[in-house]
Amino acid sequence: MNQAANQHKPALRVENLTKRFGGLVAVDNVSLEVYPGEVVGLLGDNGAGKSTLIKMISGVHRPDGGHIYLEDREITLASPQDARSLGIETIYQDLALCENLDAGVNIFLGREPMKPMFGVFKQVDRKHMLEESEKVLDRLDIHIPGLNRPIREMSGGQRQAVAIARAVYWNAQLVIMDEPTAALGVPEQRKVLELVRTLREHEVPVIIISHNLQDVFAVADRAVVMRRGHLAGERMIKDTTSDEIVSLMIGGDPIA
Amino acid sequence: MSGPNISDNAQVAAPRRSFNWTAYASQFGAFGVLIIICIIFAVMEPAFITSINIFNVLRQVSIYGLLALGMTFVILTAGIDLSVGSLLALAGVAGAAAFKSGFGVAGAIAAAVIVGLLGGLLQGLAISKLKVPAFIVTLGGLSAFRGMALVFAKGQPISSFPPEYTRFGQGLIGPVPIPVIIFAVFALLAFIVLRYTRYGRYIYAVGGNMEAARLSGLKVDAIITSVYLIIGFFAGLSGFLLSSRLNSAEVIAGMGYELTVIAGVVIGGTSLFGGEGGIFGTLVGVLLIGVLNNGLTLMNVSPYYQQVIIGLIIVLAVYLDQLIKRRQ
Repeated sequence: MNQAANQHKPALRVENLTKRFGGLVAVDNVSLEVYPGEVVGLLGDNGAGKSTLIKMISGVHRPDGGHIYLEDREITLASPQDARSLGIETIYQDLALCENLDAGVNIFLGREPMKPMFGVFKQVDRKHMLEESEKVLDRLDIHIPGLNRPIREMSGGQRQAVAIARAVYWNAQLVIMDEPTAALGVPEQRKVLELVRTLREHEVPVIIISHNLQDVFAVADRAVVMRRGHLAGERMIKDTTSDEIVSLMIGGDPIA
Repeated sequence: MSGPNISDNAQVAAPRRSFNWTAYASQFGAFGVLIIICIIFAVMEPAFITSINIFNVLRQVSIYGLLALGMTFVILTAGIDLSVGSLLALAGVAGAAAFKSGFGVAGAIAAAVIVGLLGGLLQGLAISKLKVPAFIVTLGGLSAFRGMALVFAKGQPISSFPPEYTRFGQGLIGPVPIPVIIFAVFALLAFIVLRYTRYGRYIYAVGGNMEAARLSGLKVDAIITSVYLIIGFFAGLSGFLLSSRLNSAEVIAGMGYELTVIAGVVIGGTSLFGGEGGIFGTLVGVLLIGVLNNGLTLMNVSPYYQQVIIGLIIVLAVYLDQLIKRRQ
């Protein structure tokens, strides 16, 4: 996949991003590129700055310095809504789904389709939401019985699938996944990784944050390692070993 | 491309449901109790099922029923409003004072509703912007609004209004008391808003997972503020209606209403944790309380015992709900 990297323009490019919280520099001058159809594993120990970096790209935090380019165009993100409207979809660790609502409502949350009611009012078109959800899940070859159940009644893997379907439905230009397998059992972890591969087949670039090396080696094309807010190094997965990555994470030799 | 088939074993065989049974069943507990109690009263006390008595019950219910509509919005966002009774009293005396100062009935309604909206806005902003828990903010409101009513009216009721004022609380259209019609209209409106509009769906989303709602781009602070505005509006409107019905705006009006109203909403299956429930359940809940009060009075049960019985039935109705939910 990554040979594409040299031919295509990057889908996402961040330059010298910096974020401070009081005296702490959480992310220090980090630059990063993600190419279409590429899965990038973002690795690092706790507190390395992975989540902060991701939250700047998904519009949760405002950077204190640096630039973000999407398809060569510089973007400024004031809110998660801004990021989503530009096609940056983030799947958070705690999934950020409303567990009391069904899959359709969650996939469309904040962007509900409307239909006329009594000719005067507009009402939320639930049937359309449910049908569209089914279509997008079919496209990903995911089959969840009883789609109109509240999310609460679904398994962890099914929830993850709904979150991914939401990203796909809205034609994500970039999908960011924060610890997508952290809360799952082993069989479900495998299924989620399969879904990531499906996203790649659809040419959607993916950034996966993880501290599970196995996940990253199973699914990523490239590993980007952070340590104490800095970029500690980048490796193509096929050219590296987990030992090398671990030494980057904990501070062996800092090569960029 | 062989994609994953994500299905947990327990659910694989489950047929696709086009109907949310859990939501319906959760209303059934209270609805069943309501029907049974109506039958018992009808058998034991024939006066119960006369149309005069039925409209009497409905008229009593409509005043705190309006508050319960607003409370449903509030509780769906996982909030609470303990101040409704006090705000009702403050709005009532404000409306009555406006009328006595020559602003007419329209002026009285406007004054009461504006006071209700302002009270709700103030509390909503304190909850959403200052992040003070709703329980604390409205506990403060419970005391402060009552105090303001006492200060404003110097502790005295404002009484004796002409028929154009009392008509709204005492009058009929055909056989139907006017407050009942007002209640029915707003109940229908609230039902449609919660069930069919974007705003209504957002209230459920905020109550289900506030953080997810925020990350989905919903203006969570504005939504939370708005539900306190809505209950403030209803407190203002029912403050006016109560003073109109009693021909007197009492500074002690609406005392203890918060508990009746919260009880009605909760009996109706709306979860205090937010995100579950709705207007239909609330109608059942407030009717249950109204029917119990009325029926027990008709049967000459002492008011002391009535409180005991109502307390027991509140717990019983909610217990039945949970029993049915667990069975599902």
